[in-house]
Amino acid sequence: MKAKFLVPLALFLVLVGFLAFGLRLDPREVPSPLIDKPAPAFSLARLDDNSQRFGLEEMRGQVWLLNVWASWCVACRQEHPVLVDLARRQVVPVVGLNYKEVRGDGAIDARRLAPEQELAMAVERARGWLSAHGDPYKLSVLDLDGRVGIDFGVYGVPETFLIDQRGSVRYKHIGPITPESLEKVLLPKIEELKRAG
Amino acid sequence: MPADRFLRALRGAALIGGCLFGAAAIAADGPTAQPLAADPALEARVLDLSHKLRCLVCQNQSIAESHAPLAVDLRDQVREQLAAGRSENEVVDYLVARYGDFVLYAPPFKATTLLLWLGPAALLLAGAGWLAIRLRRREREAAVSLSEAEHRRARELLAGNAAVPPSSEEPRS
Repeated sequence: MKAKFLVPLALFLVLVGFLAFGLRLDPREVPSPLIDKPAPAFSLARLDDNSQRFGLEEMRGQVWLLNVWASWCVACRQEHPVLVDLARRQVVPVVGLNYKEVRGDGAIDARRLAPEQELAMAVERARGWLSAHGDPYKLSVLDLDGRVGIDFGVYGVPETFLIDQRGSVRYKHIGPITPESLEKVLLPKIEELKRAG
Repeated sequence: MPADRFLRALRGAALIGGCLFGAAAIAADGPTAQPLAADPALEARVLDLSHKLRCLVCQNQSIAESHAPLAVDLRDQVREQLAAGRSENEVVDYLVARYGDFVLYAPPFKATTLLLWLGPAALLLAGAGWLAIRLRRREREAAVSLSEAEHRRARELLAGNAAVPPSSEEPRS
């Protein structure tokens, strides 16, 4: 019974263990309930040609990434070179979901804009951004009101979804993709999905 | 020296004033003036439900309180869906399907949240059980009666008769 005095110490160490584990968790990373579920269907206007629409079914049979971006998003700028590099390597097609291009920019009062004005403004801003920073996307679609973003559970930009051949979401990356997270997490997952067919 | 201190105080006051003014300007400018639904009963339901949903951007605020653009969007969704005749539960299911249980301020009771819901009660029971065991053991220790010889020795000690040889038994501590 001599070791009794060690009991509080042991309890304290357990507590420290819990706290240390808690420190490593990022409360900003909310796990997506969409993982291993079919990606939400959408049909949105393309950035390169507004008269055409694009939907999930066009990517069926391919492993691809859906990257949520906007020209007002600062972290997207940080992520962008990684995406451009990924596109150059032609590993996987990346589709851009341009999220609330006009309404998301706090400097613009989008309520005063007519829908066609908003569309024109979004196209101009998004295209300008891509020509300035490089266009890694197979194509981008315009989610002007953020509805499709809500369907995908987007709560911050950038976010990236890995979608498999059957159209299921297999992984969600929250925040900017870094070269490390690309090499260590995304690329292995992509390879695994491609091999599984 | 006093002039220097006075200047510093003045600068501090100006800074605080500036912050307050800035905050007021932001508050006045913020997207707070949401168009209310024409129906006040509906608006009450929207607010009531919004208070139970977490804003994922500023995580310690509900979507009723938060001014984050996402909270405004989600509030609009809630309003639109309730107006379309959906029930509260359907709207909650809609949001949980997209953002997970995290949007709920009251987490649901299920396998992964068992520890969360039952943990405090389990800890309380464990503590109460431990306490009960300790108290009972102490009672048993106090109830130990002395033998006749021990009684005699105790009486002699109390009487100041120190010439009693120590007993071979180990003293109780």
